[in-house]
Amino acid sequence: MYLKGSFSEPKKIFIINFFSIFLFLLFTSSLYPQDNSDCLMCHEDNSLTGTRNGKTISVFVNEKKLSSSVHEGVNCISCHVDLEGTDVHDDDVEKAKCNLCHDDIQAKFDKSLHGKALSGGDKLAPACQNCHGSHDIIPVKNLKSKVAPINIPGLCGQCHKEGSPVQLQRNIPQTHILENYSESIHGEGLLKKGLIVTATCVSCHTAHDILSHTDSKSSIARKNIANTCAKCHAEIELVHRKVIKGALWEKEANILPACVDCHQPHKARKVFYDQGMADQDCLDCHSRKNIKASVDGRSLFVDYAGLKDSRHTNISCSQCHSQVSPSHIRPCDSIVQKVDCTSCHAEVGEEYQLSTHGKLKAKNDLNAPVCSECHGTHDVLGKTNPLSSIFPINIPALCAKCHREGESAAVRYKGTEVDIVKNYTESIHGKGLMKSGLTVTATCTGCHTAHRELPHSDSLSSVNPANIPSTCGNCHHGIQEQFEKSIHSTKITQTDKELPTCEDCHTAHKIIRADSEGFKLKIMDQCGRCHQAIAETYFDTYHGKVSQLGYTKTAKCYDCHGAHDIMPVENPVSHLNRKNIVETCKKCHTNANKQFAGYFTHATHHDPEKYPWLFWTFWGMTGLLIFTFVIAGIHTLLWLPRSLQWRRELKRQKSINTDKNDNQEQL
Amino acid sequence: MIHEKSEGLSDNTSSPKIAERAEAQVQRFSRLNRVLHISMIISFISLALTGMTLKFSYTGWAFFLSGLFGGFESAGYIHRFAAVIMFIVFITHIIDLVRIKRKEKKSFKEFIFGFDSMLFNRNDWKDFIGSVKWFIGLGKRPEYGRWTYWEKFDYFAVFWGIFIIGSTGLTLWFPEFLTQFVPGWVINVATIIHSDEALLATGFIFTVHFFNTHLRPEKFPMDIVIFSGRVSIEEFKLDRPKEYNEMVEKGELEKYLVEPYPPIVIRTIKIFGWTALTIGFSIIIWIIYAMIFAYR
Repeated sequence: MYLKGSFSEPKKIFIINFFSIFLFLLFTSSLYPQDNSDCLMCHEDNSLTGTRNGKTISVFVNEKKLSSSVHEGVNCISCHVDLEGTDVHDDDVEKAKCNLCHDDIQAKFDKSLHGKALSGGDKLAPACQNCHGSHDIIPVKNLKSKVAPINIPGLCGQCHKEGSPVQLQRNIPQTHILENYSESIHGEGLLKKGLIVTATCVSCHTAHDILSHTDSKSSIARKNIANTCAKCHAEIELVHRKVIKGALWEKEANILPACVDCHQPHKARKVFYDQGMADQDCLDCHSRKNIKASVDGRSLFVDYAGLKDSRHTNISCSQCHSQVSPSHIRPCDSIVQKVDCTSCHAEVGEEYQLSTHGKLKAKNDLNAPVCSECHGTHDVLGKTNPLSSIFPINIPALCAKCHREGESAAVRYKGTEVDIVKNYTESIHGKGLMKSGLTVTATCTGCHTAHRELPHSDSLSSVNPANIPSTCGNCHHGIQEQFEKSIHSTKITQTDKELPTCEDCHTAHKIIRADSEGFKLKIMDQCGRCHQAIAETYFDTYHGKVSQLGYTKTAKCYDCHGAHDIMPVENPVSHLNRKNIVETCKKCHTNANKQFAGYFTHATHHDPEKYPWLFWTFWGMTGLLIFTFVIAGIHTLLWLPRSLQWRRELKRQKSINTDKNDNQEQL
Repeated sequence: MIHEKSEGLSDNTSSPKIAERAEAQVQRFSRLNRVLHISMIISFISLALTGMTLKFSYTGWAFFLSGLFGGFESAGYIHRFAAVIMFIVFITHIIDLVRIKRKEKKSFKEFIFGFDSMLFNRNDWKDFIGSVKWFIGLGKRPEYGRWTYWEKFDYFAVFWGIFIIGSTGLTLWFPEFLTQFVPGWVINVATIIHSDEALLATGFIFTVHFFNTHLRPEKFPMDIVIFSGRVSIEEFKLDRPKEYNEMVEKGELEKYLVEPYPPIVIRTIKIFGWTALTIGFSIIIWIIYAMIFAYR
């Protein structure tokens, strides 16, 4: 506090100052209304009025309230600085100055929408006291404070409720703000459940530097929304991890849907939100059937009815077509990227990127199928919907679009499988699916997976030999269990040689019933591919010979050895174990005995060490044959010329006899 | 052992005039023996066809034939049925021999070494040497008698075959029963013997026997005497001079003279003969093909 005066000489200044202070101290109570009590002498009269801008206003100051406010102990003139040193003053005093103490807040406010409007002379613009009050400002923590969280919606709503001059006359993009908020999960929490830590208007919009969402500095600007929401919803990315790659949210918020795309501002509910940027806005243009892209003339018509029947019925346009800018006249003019399904279907997207399809796509290959190729676009349907292109029964036709012989993928493919689609259709799986309508049967995706298709040579592939038993085992679990205990399983046999898996015997796509004749006869070749020598000897025996004639009733490989449960002979559960072999023979030869089981089912007469009896019998018999034919052959060959001679002799004799007879008859 | 011919005498009219008639024929085989031979042909060809499908199962022919027989099961039934016929033929012949011996009241000596015996004797050896000499141009055609040595060889080949193939065949027919007495590998050995002996039998019958009796130029294309049982005196005289002379010496020629069969019978016989020959040769071609081109 200092005194006003004009002294020129420094010496005098000190003296005058000294006296002034003395006099001030002496007369202050009587000379100036500088104490609060001085002001209150008049202003505690609750009928006291004054004028401002020609309007009569109450200038009553409630001392009680003032003394219990946060400004208790602050002198009136600290805020009403223009009244300092005056006694009785005129009307139209200046407004109290907050910025003398709250200068940082004032700076923010000045830049805010409210501040700019205020300085621009907008009569609807709020000043400090509109929100905070004047003499009765109480701590925010006090629930009675005008700016206590619980009161905020009402406070803001004074101006921003529907029908208010601000809503009507100013450019406020949102409507029904207060109603929506009060029905939102935040509003409900605050207003119905008294949860004062929930988000109020200022939690999102801030208290003082309220800016338009189009302003990049705004707390509700698209790129800042995630941070704003995350102030409370700190680890929300974890919750959304399955649908979104959380890290991207903050780094590249522009390519992902922002919180508000799903959880609309003001309306946020703990449900899935059916409108982000209002679909209706998009449909204003896109419901027109003749709408076309200016670039390439393709139709941009969106069949909204179809969309509503789709899996994405609860997903709004902008959730997929992110990058929209709701503030633009054409919100879509900011879209530069195509729809990225992985924003939501992150895990599926990762699988796809690993797959051959995804790798081709990464190389921008024109043949590479993208999500929409299989799933469609707006009309995407779930796999349980029979109309869906990915409904099991429709999958073969879907894959066939590219994989049928002559189509792009089939042309590109250089492997050994041919006529994949045809073979599948005729296979047990294909018949089950297409003829019997058995939707649980294996389709293309059943074995190859839906999104991570890889060539069988890739160790990650579901059809890699190492993974085939478990792939088939998805359905044929019992067989998988048997197989994985058998000698053909890599889990049992450690070898450098390639062990057979399901498809080595059953084939990949032609798979036929194991009890059909074609399969039974073929299986001997299948086993013979690896067990060549033993398969050949099988064909030297009765079983093999009959099988070769095309009959399936005699014993095939698997009748004795088992099919999936092939065990080493010394294993007590092996069908060929000493204890079990007679039983195995008895399956066909009901009277089989132990000696009968001693029959060599793989006998060959070419092995003198293993089968000396057979070897020597065979060569004994062969010797007999050769000997007999050589002797008889020589005899015959020697006979032939003489026999010709004898034929002529006989003819001659005959004619002589005939002549004789003729002569006798003549005589 | 005797291959007798007297059975056919019943249809001999014993008219003395017959001898003078040019078309008069000599009865060489009894009706029973002819029936037995026809039965054996049918049985043998059936056995060969069904058996070879199994032996050469890796050839397309086998696959085709197996289908023709109605599958391996019915082919098996045909094979075993034909085998039973073969056994019956064999047993009937043995019984017939015993019956003849009793009827003619011959001693074993007469029976074994007599005129009609199928057993080899010194004369066969002489005939054989004579034949070889004739073949290589060192002599005249021997005067063959009732049975030539190659006919006796064929006869005993059948005897041998019946024993070898028959016994192994029964082993394969009843393996579950037989393995109660013998080890399992005997079945494997029986398979080899059965199959190779069958190969020998079919190979021999359809080449050597066919040549010896039908295809050698003086009989070509076919000698139907085994079906008709009779041959013209003229041909008989030239082919079997010794037998003819013996008959004339004994004055028994008239006893064996019969009327020839009417042409319809001869034609039927020839159709049957041709059929058997064709099947036989087909089997030989098939065997040769299988052995050379498809053997494994």
